Amino acid sequence: MFPTPIEKTSRSWQLTYQTLLPIALIMWLLPLIAVAVFSIRPDADFTTGNYWGIPSSFEGIANYSRVFFESDMPRYLLNSVFITVPTVIGAVALSCMTGFALGIYKFRGNLWIFFMFVAGNFVPFQILMVPVRDLTLSMGLYNTIPGLVLFHIAFQTGFCTLFMRNFIRALPYELIEAARVEGIAEWRIFWYVVLPLMKPAIAALSVLIFTFIWNDYFWAVVLTQGVESQPVTAGITSFNAQYRAAYHLMSAGSIVAALPPVLMFFLMQRHFIAGLTLGAVK
Amino acid sequence: MRSIIKAPLAALAASAVLAGPVSAELTGDLKIFLDTSNPAPRATMEAMIADFQDLHPDLNIETTVIDREEYKTQIRNFLTANPPDVATWYAANRMRPYVDAELFEDVSDLWQEPEIAENLASTKGAMTIDGKQWGVPYTYYQWGVYYRKDIYEELGLEEPNTWDAFKANCQAILDSGRKCFTIGTKFLWTAGGWFDYLNMRTNGFDFHMQLANGEVSWEDDRVKQTFANWQELVDMGAFIDNHQTYSWQEALPFMVNGDAVHYLMGNFAVAPLRDAGLTDDQIDFYQFPAITDGIALAEDAPTDTFHIPANAANKEAAREFLRFVVSADVQTEINNGQNLGQLPVNAQSSVDDDKFLNEGFAMLSSNSPGGVAQFWDRDAPAEMAKASMEGFQEFMVKPENLDRILARLERARQRIYQ
Amino acid sequence: MATTAMPVSGTGPGDGRSWFHRNQIAITPWLFLAPGVLFFLFYVIFPVFQSFNISLYAWDGLGEAEFVGLRNYEDLYWEFVDRDAFYTSLKNNILWLLLYLLAIPAGLLIALFLNQTVAGIRIYKSLFFFPFVISQVVVGLVFTWFYDPTFGLLNTIIGWFGLGPISVLGDERYVTYGIIAAGLWPQTAYCMILYLTGLNAVDPEQIEAGRLDGAKGWKMLWYVVIPQLKPATFIAFVVTIIGALRSFDLISIMTQGGPFGSSRVLAFYMFEVALSEYGFRMGYGAAIAVVLFLIMLCFIAYFLWSMYREERGAR
Repeated sequence: MFPTPIEKTSRSWQLTYQTLLPIALIMWLLPLIAVAVFSIRPDADFTTGNYWGIPSSFEGIANYSRVFFESDMPRYLLNSVFITVPTVIGAVALSCMTGFALGIYKFRGNLWIFFMFVAGNFVPFQILMVPVRDLTLSMGLYNTIPGLVLFHIAFQTGFCTLFMRNFIRALPYELIEAARVEGIAEWRIFWYVVLPLMKPAIAALSVLIFTFIWNDYFWAVVLTQGVESQPVTAGITSFNAQYRAAYHLMSAGSIVAALPPVLMFFLMQRHFIAGLTLGAVK
Repeated sequence: MRSIIKAPLAALAASAVLAGPVSAELTGDLKIFLDTSNPAPRATMEAMIADFQDLHPDLNIETTVIDREEYKTQIRNFLTANPPDVATWYAANRMRPYVDAELFEDVSDLWQEPEIAENLASTKGAMTIDGKQWGVPYTYYQWGVYYRKDIYEELGLEEPNTWDAFKANCQAILDSGRKCFTIGTKFLWTAGGWFDYLNMRTNGFDFHMQLANGEVSWEDDRVKQTFANWQELVDMGAFIDNHQTYSWQEALPFMVNGDAVHYLMGNFAVAPLRDAGLTDDQIDFYQFPAITDGIALAEDAPTDTFHIPANAANKEAAREFLRFVVSADVQTEINNGQNLGQLPVNAQSSVDDDKFLNEGFAMLSSNSPGGVAQFWDRDAPAEMAKASMEGFQEFMVKPENLDRILARLERARQRIYQ
Repeated sequence: MATTAMPVSGTGPGDGRSWFHRNQIAITPWLFLAPGVLFFLFYVIFPVFQSFNISLYAWDGLGEAEFVGLRNYEDLYWEFVDRDAFYTSLKNNILWLLLYLLAIPAGLLIALFLNQTVAGIRIYKSLFFFPFVISQVVVGLVFTWFYDPTFGLLNTIIGWFGLGPISVLGDERYVTYGIIAAGLWPQTAYCMILYLTGLNAVDPEQIEAGRLDGAKGWKMLWYVVIPQLKPATFIAFVVTIIGALRSFDLISIMTQGGPFGSSRVLAFYMFEVALSEYGFRMGYGAAIAVVLFLIMLCFIAYFLWSMYREERGAR
């Protein structure tokens, strides 16, 4: 193990390390802690300039309930769910199939199709902005949740295919050969042999895509407008425009907007990290 | 409150409508898109639309309110993809992209009707492009110097009439440890207001419009003179620090807390100042003083407008709605102090008894002989407005870059107006 | 779905095999690929080429597009020569590319710091990681307030040392660095988690062998550990480069490209000219996108090439 395990080092370094850990963590999360503190302050603290002292009263409940009951925030959160969940399902389903095709079969062009997905995934997506916006407009899907979902599915398929294909490659190929000897149809091999083995990859990918899509801002701005379709990342800017200079509410709103992926991460941590670090070890 | 005024308003409005040529009953859907997302204007508009609904019970009205800032980028999408029957927008050159793209309906016919032709004559110019009218105004408001009256009294200052007095006041304020002007230029347009006034006072309205239309070089000596005047203020340290990081709302507390004394703004700044706890004894208003002798005073008075998209489905009802909006009584009602708190566009309407509205109305109707401008980002084409306002912001932070900024704007002019 | 036709052949009798059945292995992959590939072609690959095409037009997004050949690129060239917005954006993009790479050593450093087995370390690892999970919009807001010249924590802290206040986001000298620092926060967390996983897999025997050879500290890190972390480093490099070139959210939230355009990058600038409040130049935006794409293409080619080599090495 590297670095040297702490229990094998001197007593004084052990103590230093134990005290250093929480200090480092607080420093690391300082900007976020600041916002959390802001979000429970009363309005008055900001007009009197009491930014960093003890809050003159605890207004957390009042601030957060204003976010939930007096703004469009719940609607934006709901939109985010309606955008994120279908995208995760769509992108994972498509990439299970593409990953299967590219990972199992040998055919001419296999690598080229794979590289197309990889290259497309790495493209700075801003280059798609003008054409995709026009495409969405001309299909009548501008400012609709399906319009945003369809694009997200297509774009995420690139990354998901890369992920799935590499995962399937690592599965024991003998299983498939054995199934073929048994005379099992190819689609059944996919459904009954490969898919069950892909569960960990599906879980990891789902959590990952959930976070990516939830946090998307660029496409939300380009393809949607207004409260009926915008996700919370874009909604937070309108929310802030409404409460400009009301830092306690803006802070509370930001925390609410950030919370779902954070919860997702803490609940599904194992899958999440497995997804992110696929390929980080040989 | 609203229900009390509603009945007489509806009755009066009905008579106004009867004067128009259309009296057939309106049916079908009427989709209205509004950018009046702030609470007070939103309520005003919704009440007005409810009154219109009462007049036309068979009409199915559907109202969508979009955030004011987002609306500015989204209008181009919905005009093509999902056009409503009526949409709000702004006057003058700000209409041009949509007029040129044939996305706004030509409503010159409405302007032929005596009701509108006679009573809205003063705003006709702002609604005209290529000799046709493309919409109707529903409100306008003055710009001017809002200031802390109590601090003026404390320092023994008077409202200035001349540029020298203006600067002397400013120096006195700076000496008292305050800043002279608050401003937030993060979103650029506030600096456009300063440029409007400085340039119109230095070189006059006509020159200002020539510049907006790309007929004068940015490296012209007259433009440089405007910036020289501006630089006097910048060099004094008259503006608050770090204004480039604030929005106009974030700049308000400086005035509320008394750290800055003036705000060159539109009349919409009064409401948040009052909300923040300033009383009418503490806030007052004066017209931007003259700079060059013999130049007629001209003012900014941005006009907000209603338009019919060219692809609208129910243009008949939309036209009727436009007639309703500009009718004298509706104008009186929606612009009063409890509602928009701005100025009515119909000459037959009455201005609400509010000191800022009265002063503003008097200023615009009798003390603005040079002309009335819309606002820099409505008078100049979008791209030139953007490039130049960015230059204004840079100039306010780094006045030493002026030559480079003007050279850049001149290059932009050559490209944009070709 | 394209697979609906298959049950018939799958359950068919063993003899008298259908054409499909005989060619099953050749056809199946194409059926499985079809929906994903078509979708991807339609929404990603095709629009890339469309962007190339649009960049040859002057188009306000409303009326008719007018073919202007390479005029948009010529304008970009002159903007570059005159050190206007395009120059600033390109320069900032390069700054982003270079400085964003700091996330890799910083992530490694934190990973080394946290790669222990004391009580509660799992919680620490999670908490160190979680800036990455927060949306960039919120990161942008958080750092905007952190940097605020009147009440921001940063100025409060440097105030204790008698410094400041500095308006990080209002000063054209610092603004890009300030935004990059905000972006490094989640990116470092990402690299950290990659390295933590990588460190887990480091071969303990090699470490022991290194110890016996007298390697310690930096030497051990450099000669024994880092070579074994190569796969993690490669991924960290890839995601960091992509992240740097895509930077849009933070700039849009924190500064809108200001003050006076000094924090623009290509991704933001193209949005600004094409779709923002005063932007009506779709063709010009597309031309900027093409430039950004060409920069990215160097990296994409490198990634694909190293993947290609790897594939050759495998099966």
